[in-house]
Amino acid sequence: MLNIENVNKTFDPGTPIEKHAIRGVSLQLERGDYVTVIGGNGAGKSTMLNIVAGTLFPDIGTITVDGVNVTNYPEYKRALYLGRVFQDPRAGTAADMSIEENLALAFRRGKFRGLGWHIRKGERKFYRERLATLGLGLETRLKDKVGLLSGGQRQALSLLMATLKEPRVLLLDEHTAALDPKTAKTVLDLTNKIVHNYGLTTLCVTHNMRDALKNGNRIVMMHDGKIILDMKGEEKANLTVQDLLKMFESASGEEMLSDRMLLT
Amino acid sequence: MLIIQGAISLGLIFSLMAIGVYLTFRILKMPDLSVEGSIIVGAGMTARLISDPYVALSNPFLITVIAMLTGMIAGLTTGILHTKLKIPSILAGILTMVAAYSIVIRIMDTSNIALPPHGPWRVTTVFTFLQDWGLSRMNAVIVVSIVIVVVACVLLYCFMGTEFGSAVRATGNNAQMVKAQGINTDWTVIACLMFSNGLVALAGSLWAQQQGFASVDMGIGTIVVGLASVIIAEVLFRPRMFWTHLIAIVIGSIIYRFIIALALGVEFMRPTDLRLVTAVIVTIALVMPLILEKFRAAKSRKNAARGA
Ligand SMILES: Nc1ncnc2c1ncn2[C@@H]1O[C@H](COP(=O)(O)OP(=O)(O)O)[C@@H](O)[C@H]1O
Ligand SMILES: [Mg+2]
Repeated sequence: MLNIENVNKTFDPGTPIEKHAIRGVSLQLERGDYVTVIGGNGAGKSTMLNIVAGTLFPDIGTITVDGVNVTNYPEYKRALYLGRVFQDPRAGTAADMSIEENLALAFRRGKFRGLGWHIRKGERKFYRERLATLGLGLETRLKDKVGLLSGGQRQALSLLMATLKEPRVLLLDEHTAALDPKTAKTVLDLTNKIVHNYGLTTLCVTHNMRDALKNGNRIVMMHDGKIILDMKGEEKANLTVQDLLKMFESASGEEMLSDRMLLT
Repeated sequence: MLIIQGAISLGLIFSLMAIGVYLTFRILKMPDLSVEGSIIVGAGMTARLISDPYVALSNPFLITVIAMLTGMIAGLTTGILHTKLKIPSILAGILTMVAAYSIVIRIMDTSNIALPPHGPWRVTTVFTFLQDWGLSRMNAVIVVSIVIVVVACVLLYCFMGTEFGSAVRATGNNAQMVKAQGINTDWTVIACLMFSNGLVALAGSLWAQQQGFASVDMGIGTIVVGLASVIIAEVLFRPRMFWTHLIAIVIGSIIYRFIIALALGVEFMRPTDLRLVTAVIVTIALVMPLILEKFRAAKSRKNAARGA
């Protein structure tokens, strides 16, 4: 479904701050794969997701989604295939617009936007139904400005928007990292529910090893712009946090010092 | 009476310009200086087409529409400079503004044109048919302007309610999200700039027809006048919805004209102090929320102290 082929990316090439952020990454996701991605700060996780999403372009390598080579597609054109949720809850929604207006924008992903009314008859009922599945009571607040919502509510809404038109691939970049632990759990549970309901092919970056082990059918660890671990199925199910730490040390020759990753 | 009528008629005409400024400054959150160019483009185009005996156009309404379209081209230029050629928005606007100055002189073939509203050299404007029906010049301007402002606001409101218009509004809010929803933000930005500059040129066209002349330097300070009306509207009425914003800006624009008329009525003031007064008004309106906030905070502290 998603094919990342030998991708390389260097920031600021030819300058003293040159950074080879992605070094020959290849990754194939089958239809319905739910991959969690872990790795220390600066490992290149966000960069890789941005390359898939078209926010950044690779120096070498190709990105193929469902058989379509999208490597040179601009971001907005790729969005037809991709659903995204960002780390910052403010990034996925338009704060000055109402919940229903945000959903209406997401509902038309991939469609030509003409001079028809932005919300048509019957749409609101559908939005209410979908909002109700979040269990946050948002279905009664269709006309409220999104800026009035809490971070968790906004993130849940972003998730709903990213999946309202079923994407070929769902990209999640530490989408629970900015939330308090309880809200983070709610949003993660929602994510699992949505991903399983629709059998979405998902690439989910997380800084929480336990979450990475508990969720999804496959785990990928990145370090210094490379994939240093890729396990799925049975093998993945039996992994422990201790195994991950050991594997990280042997693969990178360093001790896992990232406090952020050890936490929880 | 004359002062009231004058403030209302100018306020109405310039509310179109203020709405244009609102579209870029507030909706798109992109300060667009090309409006200083499109106002003279609108005025100059109108003056030339109305006064030139070799131009076969005799319908002033058609001429006004053409002037507006010319302004939209100015907006398109700024939009392409900014989105496709990646020039920072302020600079893109300035480039269009500077270029417009030369282009307007080309259009007019001189640096100013008179459009006499009365007498043997009277030209036909969008206001003259009402004058012929017996209305005073002033009232004719007010009636025609009200109709045009209402039509423009209704059309704009409807546009912003469409699928594309909704994408335009979202672009100023969160362009990253708009792209993630599959929208090419280049086009939403360009469209917004075109509507904005079209409205400003429309205001320029009506202004030239109202005051009976167009000159190449009449646009200086336009942006500040527009901002003044927008900020007065926001401070006084605190509008929340798009349509309440539109109404508030029209009223704000008229209030601005009253303030100017009163200020310039003071003995020692000169007409050329207009821009200084405008700058002072904008400054006051801008710091007003800050002062009110301080005032409120002090008051609640006092109340808290009393309660304790
Ligand atoms: N836009 C950029 N310009 C320069 N360097 C960048 C940029 N984005 C990321 N980097 C660098 O690339 C490396 C990988 O970053 P990133 O993908 O954000 O890591 P993470 O795995 O924490 O998400 C880091 O060293 C970071 O400093
Ligand atoms: Mg990151």
